[in-house]
Amino acid sequence: MSSDHHAHNPGFISKYVFSVDHKVIGVQYTITSLLFLFFGFTLMMIMRWQLAYPGESIPLVGGWLGQYLVDNNGVLLPEGYNALGAMHGTIMVFLGVVPLAVGGFGNYVMPLQIGAPDMAFPKLNMASYWVYFLGGVTMLSSFFVPGGAANSGWTAYPPLSDIANTVGTHPFWNGQTIWLLAMVLLITSSLLGSVNFIVTIVHLRVKGLTMFRLPFFVWAQFVTSFLLLLAFPPLEAAGVLQLMDRVFDTSFFIPSGLVVSGVVQDQYSGGGSPLLWQHLFWFLAHPEVYVLILPAIGIVGEIIANNTRRPLWGYKTLVYSVIFLGFMSFVVWAHHMFLTGMGTKMSTFFQTTTMIISIPSVVILTAMLLSLWQASIRFTVPMLFALSFLPMFAIGGLTGLPLGLSAADIQLHDTYYVIGHFHYVVAPGTIMALLGGIYFWFPKVTGRKMSTMLGHLHFWPSFIFMNTIFFPMFMVGLAGVSRRLWDQTEYVQGVDVQSWVRMSSWGAWGLGLAQLPFIINFFYSAFAGKKVGANPWNATTLEWAAPSPPPHGNFAEVPVAYRGPYEYSVPDAKEDFHPQHVPDSQVV
Amino acid sequence: MASSADDVRKSIRSYLMVFGALGVLTIVTVAASWLKVSVALGIFIALVIASVKGSLVASVFMHLLHEKATLFWVLIISAFFFLLLILIPVMQSYETAHLIDQVTQ
Amino acid sequence: MSSELLPHTLEPHPVTGMYNGKFGLWLFLASEVMLFGALFSAYILLRTHGDFPAHGEHSLSVPIGAINTFILITSSVTMVMAWASFKLNDPGKGKFYLMATVLLSCAFLFIKIKFEYLHKIHDGHTPDSHTFYAIYYCMTGLHGLHILGGVVVMLYFLLPGFGLWHKNPQQFTNRIECTGLYWHFVDLVWIFLFPVFYLL
Repeated sequence: MSSDHHAHNPGFISKYVFSVDHKVIGVQYTITSLLFLFFGFTLMMIMRWQLAYPGESIPLVGGWLGQYLVDNNGVLLPEGYNALGAMHGTIMVFLGVVPLAVGGFGNYVMPLQIGAPDMAFPKLNMASYWVYFLGGVTMLSSFFVPGGAANSGWTAYPPLSDIANTVGTHPFWNGQTIWLLAMVLLITSSLLGSVNFIVTIVHLRVKGLTMFRLPFFVWAQFVTSFLLLLAFPPLEAAGVLQLMDRVFDTSFFIPSGLVVSGVVQDQYSGGGSPLLWQHLFWFLAHPEVYVLILPAIGIVGEIIANNTRRPLWGYKTLVYSVIFLGFMSFVVWAHHMFLTGMGTKMSTFFQTTTMIISIPSVVILTAMLLSLWQASIRFTVPMLFALSFLPMFAIGGLTGLPLGLSAADIQLHDTYYVIGHFHYVVAPGTIMALLGGIYFWFPKVTGRKMSTMLGHLHFWPSFIFMNTIFFPMFMVGLAGVSRRLWDQTEYVQGVDVQSWVRMSSWGAWGLGLAQLPFIINFFYSAFAGKKVGANPWNATTLEWAAPSPPPHGNFAEVPVAYRGPYEYSVPDAKEDFHPQHVPDSQVV
Repeated sequence: MASSADDVRKSIRSYLMVFGALGVLTIVTVAASWLKVSVALGIFIALVIASVKGSLVASVFMHLLHEKATLFWVLIISAFFFLLLILIPVMQSYETAHLIDQVTQ
Repeated sequence: MSSELLPHTLEPHPVTGMYNGKFGLWLFLASEVMLFGALFSAYILLRTHGDFPAHGEHSLSVPIGAINTFILITSSVTMVMAWASFKLNDPGKGKFYLMATVLLSCAFLFIKIKFEYLHKIHDGHTPDSHTFYAIYYCMTGLHGLHILGGVVVMLYFLLPGFGLWHKNPQQFTNRIECTGLYWHFVDLVWIFLFPVFYLL
């Protein structure tokens, strides 16, 4: 970003802090969300100590975690465990993965891939980042208020969340209320972002770039934006209702005659419905799952096409699958609620839709696998991450099927099996794909390549430890251990599987260590990595037509798209790739 | 889209007509609420009138009549998901009825 | 991008028939539909869930509600007239209608707060007294916030933002059109809120 050549030179603040350039905003999103990912992961590394060695004081950090998390001996408190769990979930989903996948990659790569000079609303884009930043700071601040951070889970189920953090705390500045405020900010940020993305993709494509010539990643972002646009408002509404419950003692989610610890809660009028929250929450949170996955699938598609040197198998099928996936994701939410006493007919309906939604996911995975078939694969570092995504995402998806069947769900609901299932989708799945994306587009952002040696040192341990963490969870869950226990060894089924639990914990700490090569690589390569040209991977899509790093306004001259996104290995051609912006006369 | 000056002048007439219609419909809806009809019919009448008013505002004031297909797709999608949201209470009352059945049996 | 505008800032896109701002605003309105949809859904659920007053037991003043409905409808008309005036290159009239819209919305808020909220709270009908009042305050309050937001935007275009009219009248008119779309939507929400809370 040092090669800015335009008339009036803006100051440092407007260039790097309050910038309206989509690339700077994308980098801001990426760095902020990577920090949040690491922070959220640290919370989990602390929790894993309590699970592996219940009741023992936490080494290294136990002394300075504060009175709301640990006791005098540095042992994690049950309330502290709950707070860490709630904040881990919230931070990873809303402050880590979504901002990285959509805010970071979407902002940086998508406008370049469609040949646009910027997003359609640059100022709105800046506002979106800063509202997200404010939401993140607000969320973190809740660790420091009396009573500590929110501890009702990332799902914040009432009536527990309505009455949590209310005794002995500030009536307004307490954990759960701050959680709600932060969520409202984060949702607002997503809304601003999604409007911007959709308008940009529809209106700012360059000449020749029809919808079916769009790179698959852009399609993934397009569908994701619709999910964000239409699924988030119901959670915003639910958040406002819960805020009313907590601040004004209304009873939206408080049933009549609620008794807590033997005390009748007569400050509430009653007449509310706790299930209302669950409906509104999952109306968002199931599409949210696809918000987490789709951009990752898009990134994997880009990397696979580039490193197999052949077109993505079944491009149109992939596009239709993603659209269908996005649509269906709105119609499956109640499969999270099979055990709420829902009638069997409703369960059957949502079980059926859940089985249907697995079809496009399998189609996508199959198309990606077929792309590999008989290809001469380049095993670059991004390709390793993309390849590892496929089986691990498949494990995550397939283990979801028993959870989608209402009968099997009775046994598995709220056990570690569920944790294993969705983490396989989001952590070894999405996060591995996102890391691969960082290696893939790093040369575009900085003009320098990341170190391959350090990349291998990052990939292989991460790949092994990801599985070390999450695979044992299936065994632990099938043994019947609930996901919400502070000390599972108080139960006989927990004692039996304690060695698996320890394996998960050691895996988690190992995974933490395995990120060191990445951190070193990230900073080292940004300043001292090997300099590369505009198109180091010999890729076809438009972002590689811009200089690395792209200047303000992106393209020296506005490109024109002459063909589809993945014209690799065309027979009888001079080179094995035909960039989208090069006219036919120059490539054949 | 009303672009030329003549078009705009013409549409001003329709704005005023819609204004009149909305006023009349507001009176009608208040009057209808005084009718002695069943609750269900009352809800139905009120919602039908509100929908008519709403579509007048959307199609004339918001120029929806002159928009192209893209916008309609966006609105159809959100209308579908809106209906899905409205289905939640229906499901909920089904669940409640189901539970009550189980308890009373 | 300070000197030249992005594509389709002014001229409509050939396929969608909208300029960027208008498309963006419609998408925003789609999300607003989902926001209010969730609240309407919550209202119906709470009402059918039992333990809710039957028709007539709650006493919102129908005349006040009807007056406010008229005020909002009128403000919608003045809003669309403001846009039409700017479109016809008559900024004086445009400003007049915009000002009228601001005054009408202030009247709406004044009546809402002075004769409804304060009156109800004085009678002990606070949000925690009953879920009906809880959802009533919540939904009309959120709607009121939308009105307030609209007023702020219109005042901006009347005072500091009016300079754009001299620089780029088309862009200014577009912005007024977007404000109008938002404003009609807020009106539309009220058209449903009125029967749902006052009449049913």
